[in-house]
Amino acid sequence: MSVGIAVERKDALAKVSGRAKFTEDFSVKGLKHAVYVRSTIAHGRVIKIDTQKAREIEGVRAIFTYEDVPKNLFATAGHPYAIDRAAADVADRLMLTQDIRLEGDEIAIVVADTELIAHRAAAQVEVEYEPYAALVTPEAILAPDARKIHPGGNVVGAHSYEVGGEIKTAEKEAEIVLEGEYSTAMVQHCHLENHIAYAYMEDGDNIIIVSSTQIPHISRRIVSEAINFPLGNIKVVKPFIGGGFGAKQDVIIEPIVAFLTMKMNGTPVQLNLSREETIATTRTRHPFYGKAKGGMTREGELKFLDLDVVSVTGAYASHGHSIAIAGGSKTCTMYPRAVIRYNAKTIYANMPCAGAMRAYGTPQVVFITECLMEDMARKAGIDPLDFRIKNVGLPGDTNPYNKQKILTHGLQECLIKGRELFDWDGKKAAYVDKKTGVIRSGIGVACFSYASGTYPGNVEIASCRLILNPDGSVHVHVGATEIGQGSDTAFAQMAAETTGINYADVKVISTQDTDYTPFDTGAYASRQTYVNGQAVYKAAVELREKILSYAEKVTGQAKEALTIAGDRVVYHAQPETMLITLRDLATDSYYHKNRGGQITSEVSFKTQTNAPSFGCTFVAVDVDIELCKVTIKQIINVHDSGKIINPMTAKGQVHGGMFMSIGAALFEELLVDETSGRIYNNNLLDYKFPTITDMPDLDCAFVETDEPTSSYGVKSLGEPPTISPAPAIRNAILDATGVAPDRLPMSPKNLFEQFKQAGLI
Amino acid sequence: MRETISFVVNGEHYSKNIDVRLSLLELLREEGLTSVKHGCGVGECGACTVLIDNTPIDSCMYLAVWVDGKTIRTVEGEIKDGKISQVQQSYIDAGAVQCGYCTPGFIMTSTAFVEKHKGQNVDRDEIRKEHAGNLCRCTGYETIICAVESCLKD
Ligand code: FES
Ligand code: FES
Repeated sequence: MSVGIAVERKDALAKVSGRAKFTEDFSVKGLKHAVYVRSTIAHGRVIKIDTQKAREIEGVRAIFTYEDVPKNLFATAGHPYAIDRAAADVADRLMLTQDIRLEGDEIAIVVADTELIAHRAAAQVEVEYEPYAALVTPEAILAPDARKIHPGGNVVGAHSYEVGGEIKTAEKEAEIVLEGEYSTAMVQHCHLENHIAYAYMEDGDNIIIVSSTQIPHISRRIVSEAINFPLGNIKVVKPFIGGGFGAKQDVIIEPIVAFLTMKMNGTPVQLNLSREETIATTRTRHPFYGKAKGGMTREGELKFLDLDVVSVTGAYASHGHSIAIAGGSKTCTMYPRAVIRYNAKTIYANMPCAGAMRAYGTPQVVFITECLMEDMARKAGIDPLDFRIKNVGLPGDTNPYNKQKILTHGLQECLIKGRELFDWDGKKAAYVDKKTGVIRSGIGVACFSYASGTYPGNVEIASCRLILNPDGSVHVHVGATEIGQGSDTAFAQMAAETTGINYADVKVISTQDTDYTPFDTGAYASRQTYVNGQAVYKAAVELREKILSYAEKVTGQAKEALTIAGDRVVYHAQPETMLITLRDLATDSYYHKNRGGQITSEVSFKTQTNAPSFGCTFVAVDVDIELCKVTIKQIINVHDSGKIINPMTAKGQVHGGMFMSIGAALFEELLVDETSGRIYNNNLLDYKFPTITDMPDLDCAFVETDEPTSSYGVKSLGEPPTISPAPAIRNAILDATGVAPDRLPMSPKNLFEQFKQAGLI
Repeated sequence: MRETISFVVNGEHYSKNIDVRLSLLELLREEGLTSVKHGCGVGECGACTVLIDNTPIDSCMYLAVWVDGKTIRTVEGEIKDGKISQVQQSYIDAGAVQCGYCTPGFIMTSTAFVEKHKGQNVDRDEIRKEHAGNLCRCTGYETIICAVESCLKD
């Protein structure tokens, strides 16, 4: 038994001992350092660039400008290639650009012996601009006479649907109808390791890129497209990576380092973005502006939800409208019996480029939905928890969006379990007389639904190769990418579980290399345990079968009577009687002169299912009216992520997700000047992601449904925890104060305005 | 300008002629102590935390020349006779390790904290206060606090 146990992470020792090597930790002889020349304005065009002075600085090896890069536009989103080109990502990027679309846009790049020299030289590059008015607010961007940020216009994509019936009819049936407007802020991933990559050439015509990426295989394809270099001659290596959260599900710096080494005869060149560059010029979370309308009966039956959202992607499309599409579709299983209309538009803006970020549009859509649900429940005088329990989906309900039956739906159970763990009813009673004075207390709840991959929007392909080593241990090669979430550990547990081999003897090769790592699209959409888990299962079944067949050959015992127990082959009926150790069996397979061969198995697998996952947050807050400050007294997330592979790492994922959502709820906001497009706080001092002193104790629980479409009963877990805390906190603030915050973050600055408007101060 | 300095890292003596502009972060990384991580370079994140004479310091903001005559500890040196320290083990056991980028810095802060408060009755707020210079984007800090608590207990 290995699955379902809190075994030690495979990479824990490497990480506490300092032995884990991240991209910056390799020493490369003759490494040169690249630094971008970035625009100082947010919107405009370069009319003159002079690199002469910079070139004269000692130690500068090369400077390239927008004039030197290939002119083929490429898309950076880390999606699988779309065979249907109509569904391809928006190609709107060049490696270096003359047209400026955000403050910090990449105009030129300097390569020098040290980073310091490169920085100095970059500052000496003289640039003249023709400036345009920066377009930052949706009103300005969508104004009829607004300048087109990209030649195709300012709308990246739009779509709408109406499912589960007709809004018109539902509106008639609804006795209580409510409208609201809610918005979310631009936040940034702030993975502790900034974006970094280096590239060099070897073996004649091969480019090797070592990168902190979530998507090595996709990265290889996009580099090939961007620099017009054969895909088979590019290899991407992914060592340990210091967090990604979606910002590294985008191919941001790999093309330029590949281009530089190609131009410089294979010289190794590294680009190591500063924290300020990472925050302002890589990726962010799309801010959403939502108009929402909902209707219910007096008894509390939800009739319809009608959402109209604008998502701002910033200077470049990156994942573009996919975020708004996914955010909408993934939330349809939350209240599947209501009529749902969703209308979404994604627009460009002269501000940092948004891309994938943990839960991919869903936190935004759920914030809007769960604010509206709360406001409706309160208007009807129904307990907001009862309202949700009554209306959430149940097993057997049909997802109105894709018409698929929902096989496991643990949301109602999560709510009921949370009610108890949190003591919702007790707290509600106790807080009744805490609604006046300076410190007021309230409780809030919010729920969410998510998915376990991207199918059918994208292909879901995963691969696994298992190798029995001569000493009887097993190596696991997976395309799925360990980025800190613990996937290597989960796969080792799965392989151990299904083969019967000791967990300690199973090693997942964590450093990936597209030359030998089997194909998988990488770490995103919380897909890996669900999708790659199935490939691991199939490969493990095959390996086990091969080992037992070989045991039959070596021992003469019928394989049907045999099984693997830890490090040996035993009789099913007499597990204490050893037939042969795996070490002896493996040695025989490798070195016997007349039989055997290396025992391996390899599976590449496409899944055509996508199980929804669920959960909710319960939170109690104190609100200091005078300071406009919110203190979380208790917070708990309850999840239905199917079966839990590793309770310890699962808990870690939940804590981390809650933390990010608490940050987005109360503190985090990347600020851009509405007139100039200037970015105000792209550093960790002014961009307030919570420190340890800002965080409350975190608590979580699981409702373990057994999902039949996955190999080990699992569903997604990595991203979901970051969806529901923010709306739950908002609902608790409303409960405490009677004031309904309508935008994130609910920082003192924003709450002050709302409290003042409400006459509280 | 260059200067010659002597210092001790993880029990090893060093004497080096260094560029005076070098930060301690750069010096240690050049010596192969790559557990010392660079997350911001300006004292915001604590990923570069090392102990200088047993006090946690952001090595990115500390000039290398200042360590002349001082003793430095990094996680590499916390392994004694092949055995990791109590704090390192507690991070593993508590599940306080995710991407691992903040981990070496955090472990050094915790190491100083645990050595200072061993056997004392310390509450969570105290732990929080003395770890406030280290940022982690993965764990939500909960398990890190648990790891430190477990070290103080036994
Ligand atoms: S790298 Fe030193 S504090 Fe961030
Ligand atoms: S474990 Fe990733 S930043 Fe702390």
